[in-house]
This record gives sequence, structure tokens and C-alpha cells, in this order.
Amino acid sequence: MGLFLLKRLGVMALTAMVLTFVVFFLTNLQPNLEKVAKFQGNQRMTDAEVVSWIEKNGYGGPVVLRYAEWLGVYPGWRRVEEDGRIRGKCVKPGMEPEDIPRFCGLLQGDLGYSIVAKDEVVDIIGKRLAASGVLMFWVMIVMVPMALLVGVLAGMREGSRTDRSLSTFAIVTTATPEYISGVVLVVVFASSVVGLKWFKGSAASAVNDGVTFDNFTLPVLTMALYGMGYIARMTRASMAEVMTAQYIRTARLKGVSFRQIVLKHALRNALIAPFTVIMLQFPWLLTGVVIVETLFNYKGFGWVLVLSAGNNDIDMLIACSMAAVVVVLLTQLISDIGYVYLNPRIRIS
Amino acid sequence: MEPLGWGQIFAQVVAQFLPVWVALLILFALSIRFKRRLALYGKLFDSVMGMCGFFLVMFWLFTALFAQGVELGGATLIPSIATFDPLAQIAAMKNKVPGTFIPDSETTAYLLGGDNLGRDVFSRMVVGAQKVMSIAPAATAFAFMVGVTLGLPAGYFGGRFDTILSFVANLVLAFPVILLFYLLVTPEIRKAGTEIPIWLGNTWTTSIPNILAAVLFLFPVAFFVILWNSRFHTQPGKRTLLIVLTVLLGLWGYSGLAFNADPLGLFGMSPNLLNVFVSVVFVNSPTVFRIVRGITLDIQTRDYVAAAQTRGEGPWYIMLWEILPNARGPLIVDFCLRIGYTTILLGTLGFFGLGVSPESPDWGSTINDGRKLLSIYPHPALPPAIALMSLVLGLNLLADGLREESLKD
Repeated sequence: MGLFLLKRLGVMALTAMVLTFVVFFLTNLQPNLEKVAKFQGNQRMTDAEVVSWIEKNGYGGPVVLRYAEWLGVYPGWRRVEEDGRIRGKCVKPGMEPEDIPRFCGLLQGDLGYSIVAKDEVVDIIGKRLAASGVLMFWVMIVMVPMALLVGVLAGMREGSRTDRSLSTFAIVTTATPEYISGVVLVVVFASSVVGLKWFKGSAASAVNDGVTFDNFTLPVLTMALYGMGYIARMTRASMAEVMTAQYIRTARLKGVSFRQIVLKHALRNALIAPFTVIMLQFPWLLTGVVIVETLFNYKGFGWVLVLSAGNNDIDMLIACSMAAVVVVLLTQLISDIGYVYLNPRIRIS
Repeated sequence: MEPLGWGQIFAQVVAQFLPVWVALLILFALSIRFKRRLALYGKLFDSVMGMCGFFLVMFWLFTALFAQGVELGGATLIPSIATFDPLAQIAAMKNKVPGTFIPDSETTAYLLGGDNLGRDVFSRMVVGAQKVMSIAPAATAFAFMVGVTLGLPAGYFGGRFDTILSFVANLVLAFPVILLFYLLVTPEIRKAGTEIPIWLGNTWTTSIPNILAAVLFLFPVAFFVILWNSRFHTQPGKRTLLIVLTVLLGLWGYSGLAFNADPLGLFGMSPNLLNVFVSVVFVNSPTVFRIVRGITLDIQTRDYVAAAQTRGEGPWYIMLWEILPNARGPLIVDFCLRIGYTTILLGTLGFFGLGVSPESPDWGSTINDGRKLLSIYPHPALPPAIALMSLVLGLNLLADGLREESLKD
């Protein structure tokens, strides 16, 4: 087990490194740097000015070296201006020249500076991830029990009318992406057209004033609906399979009531497969988070991602992708380990 | 002039789709009449769910085909479904409710109202079907070509080849899709790279989407060449003919699609569209790869594979003519689901305004345009939303129907 974990962690680290390098490379393409230069300097810079701006601000030189700078294994760039000031990657305002560290990158816990938010990336990303975490938490609270209930009810009597109608419901929800269900929910529950002004069509106030029923219902429902269909269908399939197993038949022949069979015998085995599915939903929840946060104007991780991608905020974008990749890889690891614990028939060799 | 009532609007919309109804009626009548002779396709008509799904999918396919009418030699064969030009703006029609008549007319109305620029919502929805229907199935097919061509050998041979490909596939899958699109579908990325002259005075930029296209679009050609070669290598005449035909056709399409330099000018994609297309193929192929690899690992242990190996068949023959046909069930089902997923992805791209021209009538960007004034005027956003949903729902039901019917064997 220890060796397996070590190996998995090694692959994870390698994956994260390759992915961050890809993002680094893509955001540092010449036209993207020109965009940054014009955003930071001014829109009417000539081509020569753009080139010199890029050179002066540490964006020149080979990508690999600058990636090493970002990682913190290569000294950050530094330049002495004509008036004697020192500028560089590791220079923070108000620092004495002798205090400037040689390295400042991921390994030193420094993720750089966001040119859009004008702040340290570490501070912003932590805050935004926490905000998205709250959203995800509520989505999970709503989605998982609902999906399991629908799946179990549909799967315990395959082919019945309950099964048909619940399965159709599950298919309809998987066919409705967030940007559609969100729009429909807002029209029905938040606009003046239908008149049911039950909830707010924006979750912007949830960041500062806290989560309320008013501002959080619609975003949570939007995400939970799209995600639950898939889990429900997996649960249904797994439940239907278990219900045909020999030991269930034996229990039924013994005269155990249907209720007892479902609750005591079938449920535990039927919930192994959905566990993996639920864990693997996380990466895909991330995409949902981006859409829902844009739609409901909730300032979380997805909102920052869209903002920084639109302005090619390099440091911010890399930090976002790193956070996303780590979440994805961690959930994969947890789902693998959890699967082994839940299912004693499988042992890692 | 008073706007039309809801009953009249409904009647007119249904009437506008007349060519689609006729086509659907013919298709269903023929299919049900001959369903016993049509194998899996025929069996679809035994399941109500499958039939509903097929109906929805074909509805949108025919809508896409007839959206702007069919003309032959100046005569209108099939009238256009769209009532107006999807890009034409009438200033007086801004945000008008469904059924409002256009100025100075007592007969023609904006059936589903006007959007915030005064364009006809109904026509935009109908023409939007064309956009989706021309990209989603093709992109899915390309993703399948890539996934199958790489997944079969990865599962069959295993070893280092498998390890490396699986690592790369997992790498792509670990990326949140949205982030990948934000990085891959930008005007900047299309500019990055050097221009190099190619044949017939065309130039080609070595940008990432172009390179991806050059690599990904080779797979279908490679797939068919290997397919014919492995089957007919004992009949050199037939093999050579098939391969020459494939290569000629393939390279013709390839020169147009990947390099935008088709000598005959038939194939071609705008850089915008190519960028979206390639990104969608790139995102979808790793999943297909994993599915094909998994199925191959499973089927590989069957007796008929062992029999073929004992007969002395080559590995590619076994993969393409023994394993692949036996994997068709799950692959067809996944193909349907994946078109639906691609449709959702394209909608997401449109929703974030990536890779589409601002005027484009595709459903994702129409929904995005409409949502800004959602709480006051919901009518521009709802029709494309319902359209997209019904298409994806149709594909899901179709996949479910196919799965059920293929399991009955």
C-alpha cells in the first residue's frame, strides 16, 4: 500500500509539472505577451516598444528558464533601473536591496503577482478557492442524497413505472447543461416575467454577507441538477445488478421483507460503484463551477479563472490551473483508495 | 397592429417546419415498414424511448438541412424554414415580444420575438441548428478515429506504448475542459507561429491549432489505409486500388481541412472554425481512447482472438477485423452520447464567446446574449436553450434505446 501511494504521488507530481508547463508555455506565447504588454503599458505602443517592454519586465528569454524561475529552482530575474531602483520577480514594494531573496517560486510558496487584481496570487486564490469550496459543499449536500435516492428507488424494481419515470427524469437532467438550467431557473424563479420572485438571480452577495437561502438556492440547484442525473443512472445500474444477485434471491426465499432486503442486503453493495462516480465528478464540477459562477456572478474560483483568462493574467492563470489539476488528481487518488476499502474483493498488488 | 396570440404563433411555427414533418413522416414510415430487415437500426423502432430519441435527433438534422431552403437551378425545391435572415437587424424590433409584426407589414411577424439587436429569434434558432449539426457529429467522428487508432494497439500490445499513451490521455483529462478551451481557442494562439509558404501560393502558419489539425486529421487516412491493408493484403490488386483511392481522397480532404489549401477549393474551414473543431476533437479523443483500450483488453482474451492468432493473422487484422466489430455495441452507444456531450461543449464555447464570431447564431452564444436581459425579456434566450436541450436529450434517449436493444441479443 505504501509503495502504491508513493508511486501514485510520483505520477501526480509529474502530471502536475507537465500540465503547469503546458499552461506556462501557452500563456507565454509571443502574441499573448504582446497582449500583456499592451494591457500593462498602453494600447498604442509600437512593435519595438512592445518588444523592449517584454524584455525589461522579465518576460524575455527561453520559456524553460522562466518556468524554472516560476518553480523556484532558478534565480528570479533582476534589473537595476537608470535611477538605481532594483526591479525583479522577487522584489516586493518596500524591500531593502539586501533583503531580496534569490529564489521566489512555487517551492518558496510564492505564486507571483496578478496584473489584473494588483495583488499577490497566493492571497487571491486562497480566498476564491474557499468561496468555491462553499458552493461545492452545498452542491454535494444537495446532489448526492438526491441522486442516490433516485438511483436506488429506480433500481430496486427494474422496469417498473417508478423506474421508467425516474430514469427519464435522470436523462432529462443530464441533457440540460448548467447554462440552460440556470437560465430557465432564473426566468421561472427570479424574473418578473413569471412573477415568482422567490430567489435572487445573482449570488454576488453570498461572498460578503454569507450564504442565504435567497442567494444560493438557484446556483446550487443549477449545478446539482446537471450532476445528479449521471450519478443517479450509475446508482440505478449498480442497484439493478445487485438486485439480481444470488444472495438477494436467497434472502427473498427465506421470507425477508422487501424493505429489509433493500435496506440491509442490497444497499451496501450497490453503493460501491456510485462512490467512485461521485469522486470522479469533482473535476467536472470544476467546469460547472466556472459556468455557474459566471452566470450568477459569484466571485469564486471559476469567476477568477474567466477573468484572468480574458486578460491573460499569466501568474493567476497558472495558479488556477495548478489548483484545478491538484483537485482533480487528489480526487482520483481518494476514489482509488476508497474503492479498495469499500470493496474487499479488490486488493492492490 | 396587435401581436399574434400564442395559439397563432404555435400554429405558424409548426407550419414553418412543414418540410421537416414531411421528411420525418417518410423516414419513420419506411423504417417501421422494413424494420425487420434493418438489423440494429430496425430494432430501435421496438423501443419507445429509442424512437423518441431518434425522432428528436432527426428533427434537428432535417431542420439543419432545410434551414435556409434547398434550391436547384434557381427553382426552390424546399422552402426555407427560417423566416428572416438570421443576421438582419430591424431597429424597431428590438426586444419585441413573440408574434410582433415587422413595421409596415400585416402578414410577416417575428414568430418568437426579436433579440436585443432586433434580429429574429426564430430564424436564429433554426440556423443555429446548422452550426451544431455541421460540427458536433464530424468532430465526434474524428475523435473516434483518433481514439480507435491509438486505443486498439495500446490495449492489444500493452507495454511501454500503452503506458506513455495512457499517461498523455490522463494528462489531457486532468485539465478542466473550460481552462483548456480558454487557452486553446483564442485569437492570439492562431497568430503565434511563423508563416511558411506551401503549394499553390498558399501559406500556412505554424500555430498550435494548425499543428494539432495537421496531426489529428492524418488519423482517418491512416486508419483506413491500415484497415484495407490488413484485410486485403493477400489480394494485392484489390488492396492497392482501395489504398490508392483512400490516399487520394484522404489527402484531398486533408489538404483542404488541415492546410486550408485545397487545390479544388471544395474542402476548407475558416481559422476560427478550425480552432474550435480541433480543440473539441482534442478534448474528446482521450476519453474514446480509454474506452477503446478498456474494451480491447476485455475482448483480447476471447477464444476467437486466440483462433485468429493461431491461424497466423497479423496483429492489425485481429485488432481491426476481429476486435473492433465485436466492440461496436458500446462504441455506437458512446458515439451517440458523445455527440450530445460535444453539443454541450460547443454551447459552452459559445456561452463564453470563444471561437465564434460575435454575430454567430449558434445556440451557445445566443443563450449568452439573451441572458443579460433575462429578467425583463426572457424570450430571446429560451428558444435556443430548449433547442439545445431537446437535441441532447434526443441523443441520450437514442443511446439508451440502442443500448437496451443491443443487450437483448
